[in-house]
Amino acid sequence: MGAERKWIPSSSQTVGPYFRIGLDYLIDRMAEVDAGAEDVIEIRGRVLDCDGVPVPDAMLEFWNADDSCSEEHGIPVGFRRVATDLEGCFAARVATPAPTLLDDGRMQAPHLMVLVFARGLMRHLISRVYLEDAKGNESDPVMLGVPAERRGTLIAKSDGENAYMWDVVLQGNNETVFFAW
Amino acid sequence: MSELATVELAIPGTQPEYLCPPYVSSIARSPRMPLVVLPKTLTERTGPVFGHGLIGEHENDLTAQHPGDPVGERIFVHGRLLDEDGRPLSGALVEVWQANAAGRYRHKVDGHDAPLDPNFSGAGRMLTDETGYYCFKTIKPGPYPWVNHHNAWRPAHIHFSLFGAGIFSRLVTQMYFPGDPLQPLDPIFNSIPDEAARMRLVSSLDMERAQPDYALAYKFDIVLRGRYETPFEEHR
Repeated sequence: MGAERKWIPSSSQTVGPYFRIGLDYLIDRMAEVDAGAEDVIEIRGRVLDCDGVPVPDAMLEFWNADDSCSEEHGIPVGFRRVATDLEGCFAARVATPAPTLLDDGRMQAPHLMVLVFARGLMRHLISRVYLEDAKGNESDPVMLGVPAERRGTLIAKSDGENAYMWDVVLQGNNETVFFAW
Repeated sequence: MSELATVELAIPGTQPEYLCPPYVSSIARSPRMPLVVLPKTLTERTGPVFGHGLIGEHENDLTAQHPGDPVGERIFVHGRLLDEDGRPLSGALVEVWQANAAGRYRHKVDGHDAPLDPNFSGAGRMLTDETGYYCFKTIKPGPYPWVNHHNAWRPAHIHFSLFGAGIFSRLVTQMYFPGDPLQPLDPIFNSIPDEAARMRLVSSLDMERAQPDYALAYKFDIVLRGRYETPFEEHR
């Protein structure tokens, strides 16, 4: 295979309104696995559109690279998929993230990558969620690449023991920071 | 973060814009603030690996999930998952969902006045083999009306959800069928500016894989972002 040969990545299309037909099974399996899980935090919040209207048909996927190696019952521990309910609410139980080392020797603060899918989104959105009580948020290299006035949209607020509150605002005032792909 | 390499971005025109006004739902749900470019860190370079324990019997045969045969044209859909260097992605999770032959989804918000098929759920999943190959048997989905604009109809399509060598390879897309006259009229299909990229979402009739006297076959290869630089295989 020629090393210079460029295979162009396939194009994205919206997940549409009916994704639960094909994707709910994994949400259900994860809930079973999570029932007995330890060292997890819960991140809960709402997905909102430009008018603050709840988005009842969004799917979120959380990725914790720190736990990329382990799996239980065929399900990677670092990965969680959830969907919003009729009020636009979601709750994800995820493995507690740890700080990770960068190639240049700096540390990243604990965080998860979040992918957002919904009817109306032709491509999924990529965000990150950090925890307000974690060390290193102020010096996190990704956080420093975000305009200072928008950094707060990436930080989940403590909401009880091992629980955090984080809303995803798709558009408008306080729009969540999303990353290019 | 000047020392850190940044993630590679899509080739212009090959991916839809978030705001695509002909697709009305995109207007209130698309971000308007500038997107931020990420450095390539452990988070972006790694991704979930799914085990065979996740896949049950008949999950790659959507015609065998109920006691009777579903109504409609039985077809095979198959192809390969490749990275940006054309290397096969093995052990990758492929999830599919679709309408039935009458153009109706088994979903409570689908109000289309077409019959549900008691023998068809419309969901499947599988892992690619060591050559990146996947194959499933299903029923050709029908086109259906939707509320986007007056007399709007979606061309026949199958939804695909794909995991590649890392979370940055993640892709959700739709596969179309060759020669469907609804494609030029569809705001979702036409949200991809580049015509060649758009046409790569159209499968091709594959008479070599068709089974005589039984079912036609459609071939759909998918290229995922990334270059296999992650320890994807070491983790299984």
